[in-house]
Amino acid sequence: MARNIQSLERAAAMLRLLAGGERRLGLSDIASALGLAKATAHGILRTLQHEGFVEQDPDSGRYQLGAELLRLGTTYLDVHELRARALVWTDDLARSGGEAVYLGVLHLRGVLVVHHVFRPDDSRQVLEVGAMQPLHSTALGKVLSAFDPVAHAELVEAERERFTSRTVTGLDDIERALDLTRAQGYATDAEETWEGVAAVAAPIFDRHRMAVGAVGITGAVERVCRDGEPRPELIASVRDTARSVSRDLGAKPF
Amino acid sequence: MTDTHTGPFIAAIDQGTTSSRCIVFDRDGRIVAVDQKEHAQIFPKPGWVEHDASEIWRNVQEVVAGAMVKAGAGREDILAIGITNQRETTMLWDKRTGKPVHNAIVWQDTRTDQLCKQLGGDAGQDRWRRETGLPLAAYFAGPKIAWLLDNVEGLRAKAEAGDLLFGTMDSWVIWNLTGGVNGGVHVTDVTNASRTLLMNLEDLSWNEEIAAEMGVPLQVLPEIRSSAEVYGEVKGGPLEGLLGGVPVASALGDQQAALFGQTCFSVGEAKSTYGTGTFMLMNTGEKLIHSESGLLTTVGYRIGDQDPVYALEGSIAVTGSLVQWMRDQMGLISTAAEIETLALTVEDNGGAYFVPAFSGLFAPYWRSDARGVIAGLTRYVTKAHIARAVLEATAWQTREISDAMIKDSGDDLVALKVDGGMTSNNLLMQFLADVLDAPVVRPMVAETTCLGAAYAAGMAVGFWDSVEDLRANWRRAAEWTPDMDAEVRDREYKNWLKAVERTMGWQDE
Repeated sequence: MARNIQSLERAAAMLRLLAGGERRLGLSDIASALGLAKATAHGILRTLQHEGFVEQDPDSGRYQLGAELLRLGTTYLDVHELRARALVWTDDLARSGGEAVYLGVLHLRGVLVVHHVFRPDDSRQVLEVGAMQPLHSTALGKVLSAFDPVAHAELVEAERERFTSRTVTGLDDIERALDLTRAQGYATDAEETWEGVAAVAAPIFDRHRMAVGAVGITGAVERVCRDGEPRPELIASVRDTARSVSRDLGAKPF
Repeated sequence: MTDTHTGPFIAAIDQGTTSSRCIVFDRDGRIVAVDQKEHAQIFPKPGWVEHDASEIWRNVQEVVAGAMVKAGAGREDILAIGITNQRETTMLWDKRTGKPVHNAIVWQDTRTDQLCKQLGGDAGQDRWRRETGLPLAAYFAGPKIAWLLDNVEGLRAKAEAGDLLFGTMDSWVIWNLTGGVNGGVHVTDVTNASRTLLMNLEDLSWNEEIAAEMGVPLQVLPEIRSSAEVYGEVKGGPLEGLLGGVPVASALGDQQAALFGQTCFSVGEAKSTYGTGTFMLMNTGEKLIHSESGLLTTVGYRIGDQDPVYALEGSIAVTGSLVQWMRDQMGLISTAAEIETLALTVEDNGGAYFVPAFSGLFAPYWRSDARGVIAGLTRYVTKAHIARAVLEATAWQTREISDAMIKDSGDDLVALKVDGGMTSNNLLMQFLADVLDAPVVRPMVAETTCLGAAYAAGMAVGFWDSVEDLRANWRRAAEWTPDMDAEVRDREYKNWLKAVERTMGWQDE
């Protein structure tokens, strides 16, 4: 077995030391508690401080745990918070696009629909919140796979079913589509999951620039596409919506 | 958004409790532009809440101008302006100077509690219920006028001399918009007037006996008009250049405006707005129904010279604020939306029921001696079960109001149209449909209050011809259908009612 990295072990020991007992410790206390030379201890503390894991009290010069440590455990975005933030924007997208809107997040090797706005006509529709969509063929799934490395890993391992004659299942072809998705900033699904149905989706980012979800419009291929491609104004509306939700989540403008 | 809106438009002013807003709508009822500004909440003593009406009028002018700029619209694009407002908030101003003579007394203010008890006398709080549809409670405007006249020096003499004007916020905004001291019109609409305790519901006129009993001189009161007609035109002041000559064409109290914006135009149609508290209104048509179950009777709206449409109203004091309590006081969640995440980690409430009677029970019980209770606790119950019970409390309280409405009106609840912040909570909306055993529907435009005022103003100037035009604009964003066994629903309701019983008689009075 490979040898562990000594400085990382020492850094971990320091964090444990600061986490227990007295909350603030001086440099000499830390160095002597861990049997280190002061200079060595100081170098490690400075690195931890730079990463935000340790903070130094400006008055006493003593060290304590940093705020970044607390954030580590809580950065995940609650999906219901995501829905609440997206509500106004997705309503407007459905209204302006004239089609149903879906908001999805990665869940168990697929896309979990966390929000659904009906197509704005008077037809009978059923709320699809809680439904799952595949990663490899839907616009929401492609967006998540392109921008979230965890989703990408799930896509590679998942079984890729052929739903229609247009479904792409080969990994090389999918990777090319994902490259295109990253370059364009949106993904499409032209009858690749359901016959007669097309979709456009774009990524939602949080303040750490992590892709936390995807938002898209789905409808009959004759309405969504023109000459086999999604209509440019629909693509623009979807991307505007994704940007607006991202902005509400604290993401900086691109 | 990238799609473009083309005029003409209707502008709606929402003079609310915490802020004033202006929203510009297009013919499809879609939002073109929004501007908003908050005003100060003034707390002179515990239980007292005031607003500076001059600040509010300045803000209204700013947000109207702001929304025009954002919409890229001028006077030729705006066909009419409509107004919706916080209800019952009361002010008096000097007719000659146009200046408020005191801060406005806000609806939540409880300074008139004692006065209301006195006015009730032996007959109690239902003394004028038959005439006005309301109990004698501190919310309503009439006693607030009396308080101002009796407690601010010189006001009564001024009122007798005919120099003083009373208004709720609709009257104040309309008077100023239409010229103020230079010929501003002094009017209110039937919905706002129906919250004063001074208007006869039957013939929509001021009740002279009640006014005399309360000590309110008739000359301070505005003329009562319909909710949708041209009251006057924008004239004078900084808005003259921007909107001079545009008709001011609607006024509706905020909850009635939401009923209108939700297009609840048929008997039995109801809307419920889920905010910190909840207001549910049901259209009862031309029938003026006196509630046997503690609901309020109020005017829903009146379009021009058509017959008035009445409504039953039930309010729930604690709904969204219970979720905030779980966040801020209990620390069990870090954002309001997380209540759903926590609640979804369990299948059911684990036998726990939460009745948030924090300041007593309102409709249909009206018990001020009640206090909050969490009932059915066992070793098994976790914080997730409590989270469920919190959401279920909102649904059961809605069920109680809806039962009272069905009983009073004899009409069935066809469907419930919902709006407000809590409608983003999917679990709650589904549970609501389950316990009401009726579909729950969310419209695509969340701003139903402003939309209602815009609709009424647009109808007054012929921008929309009929309520059918407005119905055609209404879009369903989501619908939750009931999916609960009748047996389960009945059992759970019974448990809820048992928990409600346990809240009563806690506070010694």
